[in-house]
Amino acid sequence: MAETLLELSGISKTYPGVRALDDVNLRVCRGEVLGLIGENGAGKSTLMRVLAGVIEPSAGVIRIGGNEHARMTVTEATQCGIAFVHQELNLFENLDVAANVFIGREKLAGGPLKLVDNAEMRARVMPLLERLGADFTPTTLVDNLSIAERQMVEIAKALSIDARVIIMDEPTSSLTISETERLLEVIADLKAHGISVIYISHRLGEIMSCADRVVVLRDGRTVGELARDELSHAAMIRLMIGRDLKALYTPPMRAPEPGGCDITGVVTSAFPDRQINLSVRRGEILGLAGLVGAGRTSLARAVFGVDPLLGGEIRIDNTPVGVASPRDAIRQGIYLVPEDRKKSGLVLELPIRENVTLASLLDHARMWLVNSAAERKIAKDQARRLSIKAPSVDIEAVTLSGGNQQKVVLGKWLSMQPRVMFFDEPTRGIDVGAKSEIYALMRSLADQGVAIVMISSDMEEVIGVSDRVAVMHEGSVSGVLERDQFSEYNVLRLAVGHALETMETAAP
Amino acid sequence: MMKKELGLFLLLAVISAITGAINPAFLSFVNLLNMANLIGLFGVFALGEGLVIITGGIDLSLGSMFALLGVVFIDLLTTYQVPWPLALLLVLMGGLALGGIQGFLITRLKMQPFIVTLCGLLIYRGAARYYTSDSTRGFGYGDEASTLSNIASGNIGGIPNTFIFLIILALVLGVLLHRSVYGRWLYAVGKNEEAARFSGINTNLVIATAYVISGGLAGVSTVMFVFYTNSVSPSSFGNFYELYAIAAAVLGGCSLRGGEGSILGIVLGTALLQVLQNLVNILGIPNSLNFAVMGTVILIGVLADQQLQARRRRKAALASLARTAPKSKDSTILQSAALPTRAGDQA
Repeated sequence: MAETLLELSGISKTYPGVRALDDVNLRVCRGEVLGLIGENGAGKSTLMRVLAGVIEPSAGVIRIGGNEHARMTVTEATQCGIAFVHQELNLFENLDVAANVFIGREKLAGGPLKLVDNAEMRARVMPLLERLGADFTPTTLVDNLSIAERQMVEIAKALSIDARVIIMDEPTSSLTISETERLLEVIADLKAHGISVIYISHRLGEIMSCADRVVVLRDGRTVGELARDELSHAAMIRLMIGRDLKALYTPPMRAPEPGGCDITGVVTSAFPDRQINLSVRRGEILGLAGLVGAGRTSLARAVFGVDPLLGGEIRIDNTPVGVASPRDAIRQGIYLVPEDRKKSGLVLELPIRENVTLASLLDHARMWLVNSAAERKIAKDQARRLSIKAPSVDIEAVTLSGGNQQKVVLGKWLSMQPRVMFFDEPTRGIDVGAKSEIYALMRSLADQGVAIVMISSDMEEVIGVSDRVAVMHEGSVSGVLERDQFSEYNVLRLAVGHALETMETAAP
Repeated sequence: MMKKELGLFLLLAVISAITGAINPAFLSFVNLLNMANLIGLFGVFALGEGLVIITGGIDLSLGSMFALLGVVFIDLLTTYQVPWPLALLLVLMGGLALGGIQGFLITRLKMQPFIVTLCGLLIYRGAARYYTSDSTRGFGYGDEASTLSNIASGNIGGIPNTFIFLIILALVLGVLLHRSVYGRWLYAVGKNEEAARFSGINTNLVIATAYVISGGLAGVSTVMFVFYTNSVSPSSFGNFYELYAIAAAVLGGCSLRGGEGSILGIVLGTALLQVLQNLVNILGIPNSLNFAVMGTVILIGVLADQQLQARRRRKAALASLARTAPKSKDSTILQSAALPTRAGDQA
């Protein structure tokens, strides 16, 4: 066994009521590529943040270079040679490559004047870029670089601090195939120079091709470790899943009706070369699963008219509908409960009442003057129906808890006439009680004949709530599962781009 | 919501009382009417500016609009002998059109309001000066528009018509902003444009309309100012007036971040500014200190308001915590904790 460079033992991280990490052990050897995999929310990113010094662990020890740390600070982590190449790159687009590499530790010249020594920094960055085979120079503006090139800048930054471990969190999620291959070459080169890489990815194929060893996390725990010769897709997926799902499912009161929403050949700006075909019947809850970045939110935004529709057709009850703006979509009865309720769902500083009626105000007005009594009644009805916990409908939405804020967003749409509703991560950051209320509400909407699409990264929710599950992979629908095919294994296989093992044609 | 206006009103009253105590001439009928006239003149376009500021934008072009529309207006009446109702209509439409162009550039072409209206400021001023070859335009000895002049600079029972017009306008805009669907949309767009768009509001139209209203009111103000000064010198007419409007709006509780402010506040802000100017004269403070006094009062006013707001927000936060606290054991607090882990893997 190679020399151990870094060891995490017994790392736990508890937030009030939630165990994000539970007694995690992880060892990294010198010059090794360690694959770290797990479902959305398994704790991979949290663990890496502990290592990078961003989060303080509740318990456990970090051993590196013969020293023990109960916790790290960002500075200590850097000094220990731990570098982090983020999923969302943290670069200053308005500065050049050299300035980004040395950000916060600029080389100085001019003595007491403390001027920035650009020449020195550029001279130091140049050899790093050559080593990475980059075809841009230290003076190139980051704004002009592609995502892949920006990643090289991050790696150069890691090399400039003499990093011994480089953490890469989903590094290839926005790269093309050739760029990915290039990155894997760079990783091989780093390895040859004795630098270790912790490689986090949902793409099992890449893990197969570059990892020396794979550690699997599930629900904040280390659930398994696979050596290079034990690696296979099936083995990895088997370890990633395997928890008992609670029975959440309430069957529909009646069979799905014909009609509903048909999405044919839709192209979104996020994946201009992929087409999406998807159908959801009235009275049905269609779960839309997939890994983060698979294009689910882009689809919802395009159907709701927020982003332009680059192609394809949307039909409701077999009538084509045009959705050039959210206003058009709303007129057609297509509503979206957005992923980020604080940014897109609510005007936080306005009272509950005004948020509830924001989309339907003209219906509660005469000659454009708001009928306050009618408005208040609508808001109170929704507050009662959704049991929004607030002393009155006149208090600002910002003072509510997450669950109650989400209910206000729902109240806005339920006070109108929904035909097709998209819920994007409807229960993220919401407590258990409010979650089951929201599930019950979706079911009752479906029973009233609304077609419901629920985008969710929570496997328990996808399998427990949906009548059918469509899975997206890299911009298109990779399969649709009926209830008797529901399993975490099947969803995950489709999500990472594999066909089902007993492939039944997943007709839309 | 009304606390801010009440505070402003008290400030206005206290300053007036102190000034009146030092020099009773301040409270003389003549002086009060003179101030009322000025409040009317400056209030009209400050209200338009206020609407723009509530969208989160700014209109820097107003003063130059006065100069351009002013020279055109006088030329229409004197050189071209256009009947005054038509001239009035044309100037109004001119203001609406300029506002419309600015609104179009800001919403459709996604340019920054500051830049668009700053360029407006430069272009309109330049156009006015070129059009007149930099010469002052005024009325001759004829009575080209005596009727309109009487309306614009006259009074009813001693009360200046400008002031009466401002009160009527404030009532109309008050209903528009505080009671109508458009007003609600304006606040929503100013506070969170994305959420407004996600609620099906045509945010571009809402914002552009604010600029159109501001331009239209600039047209009205132009006519009122023309009859106040009786001549237009294109290089100085209306200089800095947009800043008076912005100052009045900010003093009246509008936030430059958008989504805040009220019609009553803007009117009170305008009144306070005019009182300050008057007080500088009446108390024999050197006239050169005029701007400095205004600046200081605005600075202190906005600072005090911010402190009060921060205090109120802390209180509200405590109150909401107290409301949810009994539940914190089982659920309510959990979700704030659940967020980081989930967000952790998405980020």
